[in-house]
Parts: sequence; C-alpha cells; structure tokens
Amino acid sequence: MMTQALQVVILVLVALGATLVVMVRGRVRQVVALSAYGIGLAVLFFTMQAPDVTLSELVVGAVALPLILLLTIARVRWRR
Amino acid sequence: MTPGQRRVIFLVAMAGLAAFVIWGITGLPGFGRYPGPYGPAILKVAEGQTNATGIVSAVNFEYRGIDTVGEEFILFTAVVGMTVVLRKLRGERQRPAIEEARERAQPAGGTGVRAAALAFTGPAALIGWWLATHAQTNPSGGFQGGVVLATAFLLVYLGGEFLTFRRLSPVDITDAAEAIGAGGFAAVGVTAIAAGLPYMDNYLPLGKVPGAVSSAGTIALISFLVGIGVAAAFVQIAGELLEQTMLVREGGG
Repeated sequence: MMTQALQVVILVLVALGATLVVMVRGRVRQVVALSAYGIGLAVLFFTMQAPDVTLSELVVGAVALPLILLLTIARVRWRR
Repeated sequence: MTPGQRRVIFLVAMAGLAAFVIWGITGLPGFGRYPGPYGPAILKVAEGQTNATGIVSAVNFEYRGIDTVGEEFILFTAVVGMTVVLRKLRGERQRPAIEEARERAQPAGGTGVRAAALAFTGPAALIGWWLATHAQTNPSGGFQGGVVLATAFLLVYLGGEFLTFRRLSPVDITDAAEAIGAGGFAAVGVTAIAAGLPYMDNYLPLGKVPGAVSSAGTIALISFLVGIGVAAAFVQIAGELLEQTMLVREGGG
C-alpha cells in the first residue's frame, strides 16, 4: 500500500518533470531540468523494484547525458 | 495550409495515437506478472548454475553474454566515431593547454564547488570500483560502476582543472583501458571456444559460496572488464569534448 502510494507520487513527479523539460526555455536550464527528470525516473525505477535499472538511469540520465549536452553547449558558445 | 487546419490534423492524429496507446496499455499483463517461461526458469536455475546472487549480471554476462558483447562494442564504436569526428581538423589549430590557461580568468566555480567536487571524488571512485567488482553478488554491474568511476575523473576536472584531468587520464592510458575492457570481454568468450566449450561458457571456478565476491567465475571477470572499458569510454568522451571546448580554435596554422 505504502509502496503503491509512493509509486503514484513519483509517477506524477515524473510526468511533471517531463513537461518541465519541454516547457523550460534556455539550453542550460533545459539540461538541468533533464538531469532532475533523470533522477525522478531513477527513483521511479527503484520503487518498481528494479535497482539495477535505477543505477543505469542514474548514471546515464542524470549524469552522463546532461554532461555531454553541457560540454557541447559550451563548445558551441565559445566558438570564435 | 493555415495554422487552424494544421491544428485539426494534429488533434486528429493525437487522438488516434492516444487511442492506440490506451488500447495497448489496457492489454498489458499486470505489474510483476510476466507471462513468459524464460524468467521463472532463469530464476530457478541461475544461482545453482553460476553461484551468482546478482541474477541480472548472470543473465547479462553469461546467459545472454553474446548480446552484451555486442553492446560493449556499440559503446566502443561510438567512442571511436566520436574521436574521429572531434579530432583536430585542418584549418583548426590546437593551442597548448598551458598557453590557453594563462589567458583565461579563474574559473567561475568558487571554493564551494571545488570543495564539494573534492569531497565526492574519493567516494565516487570507491562506489564505482565496488559496483564494477560486485556484479556477481548484488544488483550492480560493470556498466554502472564504470560510469560512476568515470565521474570521479570528471570531479577532478570540476574541482581542479583540465590540465589535472588530462594528467590523470592521458589518452594513451584511456585508449589502452578501453581496448582491454572491450577486447578482454570478447577474449573471455573466445577462450572458452579454444578450450572446446561453447562461446562465453563459464570456465572459471565458480567458488563454493553463492554470492561471495570470489564466486561466479567469468561473470565477475567480465563485469570487471566492462567496468574498466566503460569508465575509459566515458572519460574519453568527456576528454574529447573538453578538449574541443578549451583548446581547439578555428583558423590559423
């Protein structure tokens, strides 16, 4: 029961996070929102009893992908 | 076409898509009620056959090991492709990092960022190593461990500077580590063939206690190799991008 309530809360948060990623303007802010969304997904997977997928989502969705995007944005911005 | 017409087409298409998605979701089996025979069968035999208690790793690195070799080489190829695309082009010049650094103001990250990065470097390295070496005992694995290990290097960049990052992870070493990771994985499988066993067969001693760190034979070895390979791959991706950002400029000789 407790777990189900948690799952519903996280699902709502994930839906909000996904909307936020689309709505936010500004590239860097969007990347930060994407990273937060990744953390939300990781928590969702954890409540669904998939700790291994949680780890993958955490490292890829919340760290690796935003990092690569940030570096690319920095590169484009510094072009001269 | 007017925006109004476009909106009508969009809404009709969305309604159709939504109908299909809802239809599909209502047809799904209930959560946790996997209908196939494969999952229960694996759960029943995996621990006895491999002495691994991290069943996901047992599936990834043994039962479906050949699939994971492919994935490892997808990452390998992606990094090679990235290196080729991002290398210094004709018409671009690369300045020595030390020269570039002299002209630049102090990085914006203050003492707080540096202290936080420094404080997390050790734990990140430890957790990454632990994840990569404990795939056989719990739900961790070489892939996750490798990426966490790579973040330790990136924290050094965040807390220090690019020069330190590069000194810690010279291209020669990350190249070699990645080759050892990906090549080693494939070699573990080929060694089985050389010994007259099926590809990716578990030929190392499985240990006596299920779930011990020393158990599960090639599963533990492969996870470790994947960890090394993935860590090197991510350090290399970040390194290439950082180098592009900081050192490569257009024009000039």
